[in-house]
Order: sequence, then C-alpha cells, then structure tokens
Amino acid sequence: MFVARVQVTIKEEVLDPQGKAVEGALHSLGFEEASGVRIGKFLELTLNTDDRAVAEERLSQMCEKLLANPVIEDYEFELVEAGEAR
Amino acid sequence: MSMEPTPEEIRDHRVYADFGLTDAEYELICEKLGRAPNYVEVGIFSVMWSEHCSYKNSRPVLSLLPTKGPHVLVGPGEGAGIVDIGDGQAVAFKIESHNHPSAVEPYQGAATGVGGILRDIFSMGARPVALLNSLRFGPLSDGRNRYLFERVVEGIGGYGNCVGVPTVGGEAVFDDAYSGNPLVNVMCVGLIDHDQIQKGVAGGVGNPVFYVGPATGRDGIHGATFASEELNEESEERRPAVQVGDPFMKKLVMESCLELIDSGIVVGIQDMGAAGLTCSSAEMASKAGNGMELYLDRVPCRAEGMTPYEMMLSESQERMLFVVRPEHVDRAREIFERWEVPCVEVGKVTDDGRLRLIFHGEEVGDLPVRGLVDDCPVYERAVERPGYLDMVQSAETLNDPEIAGVQELTAALKAVLADHTVASKRWIYEQFDHMVQGNTVQAPGGDAAVVEVQGTRKALAMALDGDGRHVFLDPYEGGKATVAEAARNLVCVGARPLAVTDNLNFGSPERPEIYFQLHQSVAGMAEACEVLKTPVIGGNVSLYNEHAGQAIYPTPVVGMVGLIEDRDRMIGAGFRGDGDLVAVLGATGADLGGSAFRAVLHGAVDGAPPSVDLQAEARLQDTMLRAVEAGLLSSAHDCSHGGLATTIAEKAIAGGRGANVRLKGDLRGDHHLFSETTGRIVVSAPPEAKEALEAIAADAGVPLSWVGEVGGEELTITVNDELGIESAVADLRDAYEGAIPRRMEKA
Repeated sequence: MFVARVQVTIKEEVLDPQGKAVEGALHSLGFEEASGVRIGKFLELTLNTDDRAVAEERLSQMCEKLLANPVIEDYEFELVEAGEAR
Repeated sequence: MSMEPTPEEIRDHRVYADFGLTDAEYELICEKLGRAPNYVEVGIFSVMWSEHCSYKNSRPVLSLLPTKGPHVLVGPGEGAGIVDIGDGQAVAFKIESHNHPSAVEPYQGAATGVGGILRDIFSMGARPVALLNSLRFGPLSDGRNRYLFERVVEGIGGYGNCVGVPTVGGEAVFDDAYSGNPLVNVMCVGLIDHDQIQKGVAGGVGNPVFYVGPATGRDGIHGATFASEELNEESEERRPAVQVGDPFMKKLVMESCLELIDSGIVVGIQDMGAAGLTCSSAEMASKAGNGMELYLDRVPCRAEGMTPYEMMLSESQERMLFVVRPEHVDRAREIFERWEVPCVEVGKVTDDGRLRLIFHGEEVGDLPVRGLVDDCPVYERAVERPGYLDMVQSAETLNDPEIAGVQELTAALKAVLADHTVASKRWIYEQFDHMVQGNTVQAPGGDAAVVEVQGTRKALAMALDGDGRHVFLDPYEGGKATVAEAARNLVCVGARPLAVTDNLNFGSPERPEIYFQLHQSVAGMAEACEVLKTPVIGGNVSLYNEHAGQAIYPTPVVGMVGLIEDRDRMIGAGFRGDGDLVAVLGATGADLGGSAFRAVLHGAVDGAPPSVDLQAEARLQDTMLRAVEAGLLSSAHDCSHGGLATTIAEKAIAGGRGANVRLKGDLRGDHHLFSETTGRIVVSAPPEAKEALEAIAADAGVPLSWVGEVGGEELTITVNDELGIESAVADLRDAYEGAIPRRMEKA
C-alpha cells in the first residue's frame, strides 16, 4: 500500500489568471512583497499495491489521463509507504 | 537566451520549412529583403504568409463573393464588417473559427475563440451585444467526443458569461465526419454609431504606438512553427501552443478601449489576434501606407528572458495596439490607468514603409511592410471533381420499403426529433448567460435570436447556419442552401436580412477534390448572396481540417444579421393561439437525398440534396416579410432538417399546444412527412388573416396550402386522409428535449 501525494500546477509559461487575481488582492491588502503567485491543486490517494514501480507507472497514467491536463498543467508526485505516512 | 540559428543555418538547414514556408517562398523573401532573413524575420514572414493571415489559398475563391451594397459601411479587410441600420446607427459583426485549439484543449480553445472575436468587434469601436456559436463534433456515443463537446460548451460559457456579453444562439451538429476534428466557430455582433467607426491604420508619421493589455507570454507561439529539438535546448513542454484566456481582464481592456475610442483621440486601433504583435503592427502600417518602429525591450513580458522572436509571435490574449497623436498621450494614459489596464508606448509611426524591430538599441529586424502584408504569393490550386460525387448522387433514395402506419411513422418522427443534430440544444444554451445586458427578446431555441437596439423600436435578428452534409453531397447546391436557410431563419422572426459573415471550414486545399468543394460551394454561396441581396462583409477561412487523413465534410458556415424595424412585429416559432390555422408556404417535392430521415432511419448519407430555386426563395422570403409587416402571422418556422413532420412537431413543442394537420399530395406518406425540399416555411395565423395572407402569397406567386388548425394537447398529421402521426405533444417534447441531456448524463 502506498499513499500518493500529487501536486498539479499550471505550466510555467501558461497564464494563471487566478494566481494573478490573488497576487493583486495580496498587494491591495498591503502584502507588497508577494509576487509570482501560482495556484495549483494537491491530491492525496491510496494505491493498493506493494510494488513501487507499478504504483509509479499507474499513478503517471492517472495523472496523464485525469488528474492533470498535460496540455497546460505539470504534475509531480511522491509515493510514501502507507505505514510511514504522516 | 535560447540559441537562435543564423541566417545561413536557416538557409542551409531549411529551417523555414519547419515554419511552413516553401523553398520558392523563402527565395522570394530573400529577394524582398535583398539578403537572407534572420530568425525573427523568417518567423514573421512565415506567420504573415500563412493561410490564416494571407488567405493565399482561398483568395481566388473569396473574390467570387459579392461584398458591396448600398448599406455596407465597412466591407472585408477590417476587424469586422459594418452595415447601416438607419438613424446613424450600424451593426458590426464577424465570425471566426477556433477549430484546432479546441481539438487540443477544448475549454481554453473555445474560450479564447470567444475572446478573439470580441476584440475584432470592439476594435472597430462597436459595443458587443451578442455572441453566437456554431459547433460540430463526432457522435456523442463516443467518450472523447462527449468530452470535447462538454468542455467546449463550458469554455464558451465560462468566457462569455464572465465578460458580460449574452450568448444568444447558434447551432450544433453531430456527425462522424467531425470526430477528431471538431469545428468551433464563434460570431460576435456589436452596435456602433456611424461617426465612431475605427480603422486599424497607423496614420501620422511620428505618432506614438501603444501596447494595451496584460503582459506577453510564451503562449500561443504555434507548435507547428516552433523550433524543433536541434534548434533549442528547451523542451517543448515549456512552450505550450495553448493560450489561456482571462475574461475579467478582457472586460477591462474592452471597456477602456471603448472609452478611448469614445474620447475621439484614436488615430488607429487593432487587436492582437493571430500572429499577435506581428500582424497588428504590419497591417496597421500597411493600411496607412506607412512604416513602424517597435522598441521590443519595452513590451511587457510575463516570463524572463523573452526574445524578440517570442514577443513578435506570441498570441497571448487580451492585447491591443493603438496609435494616437503626441498631444493626446496623457489623455490616453489616464484612461487606462483608471481601468488598471497596462498601457505602454512601444513604437512610433515612420514614413519609410519598413517594420523595424529594435531591441536594447540594436536593430534585430528590418522588413518591408508591403512585402509582409500584400506580396504573399497567391495560389490557384488544382481543381478536380471528386470521384465520390457521382456515386453518392446517383444513390436511389426513394425506393426503400415504405415506413407506413401510425405507430411506425410516429416512432420515426420521435427518432428524428431525438437525433442529436435535430434535437433541442437546451443542454448547451442553458449553460450560457443569454439575458445579460437585458436586451435579448428572443432567446436561443428559435429560428433566429433577437436582440433589441436600446432606445429605439428596432431589433437585430441573427442566425448561424451550416449544412456540411448537403455541401458534401453537392457543393454548389449546398452552398446556395446554406445562405438561403440563414436568410429564411431571419425572415421567420420578421427580420429583413442585411449581410453575411462566413466561415469556410474545409480540408486541405492542396488536394484538388477539396479545392473543388471549396470553389463550388463558395460559388453557390455567392449566387445566393447576390440574389438575396446579402453581401459578405467579412469572414474567416479555416483549412486543413483533417484527422488521420480524412477531411471533414466541407462546411461553410454562414452568419447572417437582419433588421426588425418594429420589434412588436417580431414573431416566434411556436404555435400561439388555439384555433389558429396552419399553412405551408412553398411546395413539397420528393427530396430525401441527404435528409435527416435517411440518416436516422436508413443510416445513409447519400442522394442528391434538394436543389435551391433562388428566385422562388426570394419570393417566399419577401412574402413572409410582407405578411409579418401586415401583422397577419402568429408564428413561423423554417422547414429544413426532418421535413414537415419535424417542423410541425417543433412548433407544437415550442408553443406547448397541439394541432390537427391534414397533408395532401401525390408523394408517398413517409416521403411527404420527411422530405427536405428547400424554400418552405410553416406558419400559423388567426382565421381572420386567411384571405389577406392568401392575397399576399398569390400576388408573389408563392404556393400556400392551409393544412390544419392549432389546438389540444395532441399532434395528429394525416397524409391523404391516412393517419400518419399521432402523439401527445408531451411525448414529442420528451424525445426532443431529452435526447442530449440523457446522453450526457448517462456518461
């Protein structure tokens, strides 16, 4: 059993209107030092397998097909054995 | 800095070929420059000489279309065409495709399509008042097609709803021919006063050139024109071709630009659409017969280390370019500051006819403006009648075993009503805000959308039509039919058709049989536009719509706008009053070729599609307008896909009331019910209008037959006294309204 933690972010060169809006809001609240705000999403899921290579392979497929939109998003993940998690 | 190839490497390694330029085109560029172009120059030439910007393949065909009329104020060549609607007011409209971006990233592809067409309209000085869309996908039985359909609709809604322009109508078609290559065409309509009309000209030597809008990123540098691996270490991953739209920023850019135009200080303004800064600067200079100098280090950039090449070719969204006189600079800056929209002076107008690019004091590009805009070679492609035409046209469409009996025919009607192309598109337009701005008087779902012109009695009607199946079966007649149907849709709400914007969606023009389809269908459209007096005031060409070597159906899409002088005269499609009489204007023949009936019941797309008698069509439409003018009609609905049975059923569903209809004629029953003869309108009218309507029709020589009366909750249709259709209207509605939601929910 593995716990997977997946981080999905908009590709660096793609416009992130949501991040821009948050950056503007931060500035208007007086947090002038904040810049380069990018917004993504974090997913956590459990994989019912004991083979790390298989888990990585399957998780990559999940990211490519559903969890991320590879045309405009990048993803990263880490796999932690279920017992070690948290 | 990325490693850019030298002019010699570009020549020796034929780098230009990766940008889509041929050897002959490259030689011509060297001749124009008097030397070999560097990297940014060859990039600029390649986009300016692409089909998208130069129309090099389609120009000979486009010249067939009539573009002039007494009411045309601005014809093709500007951001949008403009037509007079009286009282010093005018309507600006244009259609554009975003087919390929939508196939790759459906949400953003469709959203930025909407963004692009809005810019075309407000850059003319017009305020956008309505959006429409024409969508084509493969069958919804396929998961990928459902995904594309769902995301495209979300993208259009997401962008359009945020920007505060109502999406009021359109069409959607589902056919195998569009699997893998969906079509997403968007149209925008705007209102403008005559004295506010802007042109994209860089006039006045020495005037400053301003860049407006968010920073330029590396998005939209087209994948096909993007360097291959040996040219650049950076992986393609980092350089997506997909543009992401920002409708909230667009709203600010739009409002600030409209205020700028309203202030009367603009010399010229143009949007940065395809080919971004390159196309806008070159075209503005060309139209004024001037040159332009751009200081690229001043261009706001979203990413570190962007090169002149990237800045010139980026298609980042929501950007505009404008020219004012030096004494008005402060005024312009003040407007954009107030709207919090970035506005930067990036260049000046020159008199030498050159586009000069300066980067940190160094000249990085020097190009002839005329060479870029006007000197692209034009190709007369080979034309060859496709072999399939004889085969499909000779197919026997009238010899199938007759579908007879009330149960079978009623089931056939329900099957046609539930065909996704015929069925209600409520699932789509419920996701769009069609009421924002508060001027929409006829919402999606009817023959044409109607938006009133505030402060007047006038209203604008607008319709989008395409019929790839008929154009595939007979390009010339199909082209005529497309224009005729759009005009017919407008007269059905009581509007006089004004003009056309067209979107030509075809496969590769380099294939002679595709060029035949293009040429023939445009020739057909041209004839129809001539006869119906609806000149073409602008449009878009989208070629190379192919997937796995298979071209889409040739699909010219026609957007038409019409004027209703008094909006109280407007009528709708649905039956209105019990006791009204039902009449068919126009004659019904045996036209089953390419029909919905054959496609749905017999699984065949074949036969010769109905031919279009344009003179009869003109008489029909004139009769229709005279009847509306005289206030004789309760409702009118164009009879097209699915024939009389479908049209009458749609009128019953829309009106929420039944009818007793008795058809007579010498056609076989199922043919009479489902034949798609063009040039027919089904109307309803109160009994006291009967004689006056007969007189108008007889005067114009338009066949008119009274076929029944409105009332009850059932629809019955007999053919030569034999009962054909018998159903509760609620059951028909269930088939018609439920088809697409059921399919999408089942997924």
